[in-house]
Order: sequence, then C-alpha cells, then structure tokens
Amino acid sequence: MNARAFLVRGLLAGLLAGLAAFLVANVVGEPHVEAAIALEDSGAVAPGGSHSHGEESAGHSHTHSSGEDEVFEVSRDNQRTWGLLTGSVAVGVALGGLVALVAAGTLGRIGRLLPSQSTALVALIGFVAAALVPFLKYPANPPAVGDADTIGERTALYFGFLLLSVGAAVLASYVACRLRERIGTYGGVVAGIAAYLLVVIVAALVFAPVSELGDFPADTLWSFRLASMLTLATMWGVLGVLLTGLVSRLYARETAVAQRRELAASL
Amino acid sequence: MSHSAAAPVTGAPALPTIPFRELAPWALLFGLLGTLAIFFVSADQGAVSIPAGTAIHEWVHDARHLLGYPCH
Ligand SMILES: [Zn+2]
Repeated sequence: MNARAFLVRGLLAGLLAGLAAFLVANVVGEPHVEAAIALEDSGAVAPGGSHSHGEESAGHSHTHSSGEDEVFEVSRDNQRTWGLLTGSVAVGVALGGLVALVAAGTLGRIGRLLPSQSTALVALIGFVAAALVPFLKYPANPPAVGDADTIGERTALYFGFLLLSVGAAVLASYVACRLRERIGTYGGVVAGIAAYLLVVIVAALVFAPVSELGDFPADTLWSFRLASMLTLATMWGVLGVLLTGLVSRLYARETAVAQRRELAASL
Repeated sequence: MSHSAAAPVTGAPALPTIPFRELAPWALLFGLLGTLAIFFVSADQGAVSIPAGTAIHEWVHDARHLLGYPCH
C-alpha cells in the first residue's frame, strides 16, 4: 500500500461521489433554487444587496455594487445542468483525493483498525468536521438570500469556521489516539469527541451570526437547506463508502500476495 | 527468511503503514491542487477574484449554493 494507490482510489471514489451529488442536487435541489430565483425576480422578497438579473431565460447573475459592470451570462439551463455538474465533480474529485491522502497517513496508526476501518473513520470525521458542523453554524442559502455587500465578511466567517472545525477534528483525533494508549479506547474516544465539541461550540458562540434572510419564505428556505444537506451527505457518503471498499479490496489483495509469498518461502 | 520469527507475539498480522516521508510530496502537491479546485468552485469571483470577472462564478453558481458555500 502506498500514497499513489490511495490517491488514485480517492480520485475515482471522488469522481463518482461528485456525480452522485450532482444527481441529488439537480433532482432534489434545483426546484428550490428555481423557486428562489423566481421570488427574487418577481421582487416578492427584498434582498439586502443590489443585484442585477437578466431576463428569466437569460440567467441568474449578480453584479456586486463595488464590482465590475461586465456580467458574464450563463443561461439557467446551463447553470442547473453542466455548471452544477462541473462544480459537483470538481469538489468531489478534490475531496476524494484529500480524504484518500489523509486516510493513507492514518493507515495502521489508529489503534488496531484495519485499513478499511481507518479509511471509513477518516471519511466520517471529514463529513462531520468539514460539512455537517459548518452547515449547522452557517447553513446554505438559496439565491435571493444574502446582501452582496457582505459577501467578503460572510466568506471569511464560513471558511474561518470550516478551517477551525477541521483543525479541531485533527487535533482531537490525535489526542484520542494518544489517550487511548493510556486510558483505553473508550476513554480516549470520549475525550476526543468532547474536546472537539468544546472547541466548535465555543467557536460557534464567538463567531458572528449571519442573518440576512429578510422576508424570504420559510418553507422554500427549509426545502432548499434540506436539499443542500442531502447533496453534501450524498457527496461524503458515496465517497466514504466507495473509498472504504476500494481500500478494503487493495488490502485483501496485498495480504493474499504476502501470504502466498510466505507460503512459498516456507516450502 | 523464517516466517515464524516475523510473526508478532499476538499472532495478528502487522498492519501496513505508509512512512510520512513517502507521503509528504503527494500530500503537498495534491493538497495544493485540491484546495485550488475547491477554491474555484466555492469562493472565486465572490469575495476574491482570480482571475477578475464573473465567468467561473456564474458557471458553477448552483453548485456553490447547493454545496453550502456563501455565494452572493
Ligand atoms: Zn448566487
């Protein structure tokens, strides 16, 4: 087992995870994106910022009040299909490679966990730390929600919180592994989870809230956010399951080869 | 090579590990590439614009919203 073998499997699992996420986003999420854009275009909701939009068929685009006047138009048809596919697959492949390399690093280093087990654990912690917890603090917003003038601040808050959550998860996992050697698996795992929760809960209280919903309808917001969470869960779920399966097969193959070699040497 | 001498005390096979020195170049290279790819989808031409314009933002717009990143 080597870094390259893990990376290749991660990229493959990520590609398929991106495709699966696209399907869920397109089928489950897009109706609510369309509903939000329709609300935005009809002026039924009052977004905080200054947006300019093309005609219904021309596409959904934003000009920021401080930004350029040149707006690159992409039709809604392209945004909800090829554009969404591009974004989902790019993120899927990137996440797949990153998760696989982290899994490669933890290989044989988390207690007595088998390669497939440590890989599954890395994917699970990745989902919680990089998707679920950031979502709970700064949930996804549909078009028409959000003030264009605060995009810089909101981006900094979101990624600041994301990095903090991932960093805390890495540290807490390390602490859990070290404590395990002294106080056992149960104590180590409980202490690690408690340490992670303490950090992210304090951070969630310290980080500034974002509330720019205005009078956006709650049912559309809820449906959109549910679809967004389903998309993220699909991405990470498919990635984790496929990568775990691929690593499991790789390990089984290498173990079989090693056993045959051992048997041949003993004859 | 004697197989009995290589077996650990418990009898369980030794778990494979990948030395960090072997992993480092891969992690560095793909860490940068992966982060860059996620940046283009999640944040580019919103808060920060490299390159300037709105083409990338508009193209991946729906993915940015549905994957939970701040968009506009
Ligand atoms: Zn948007």
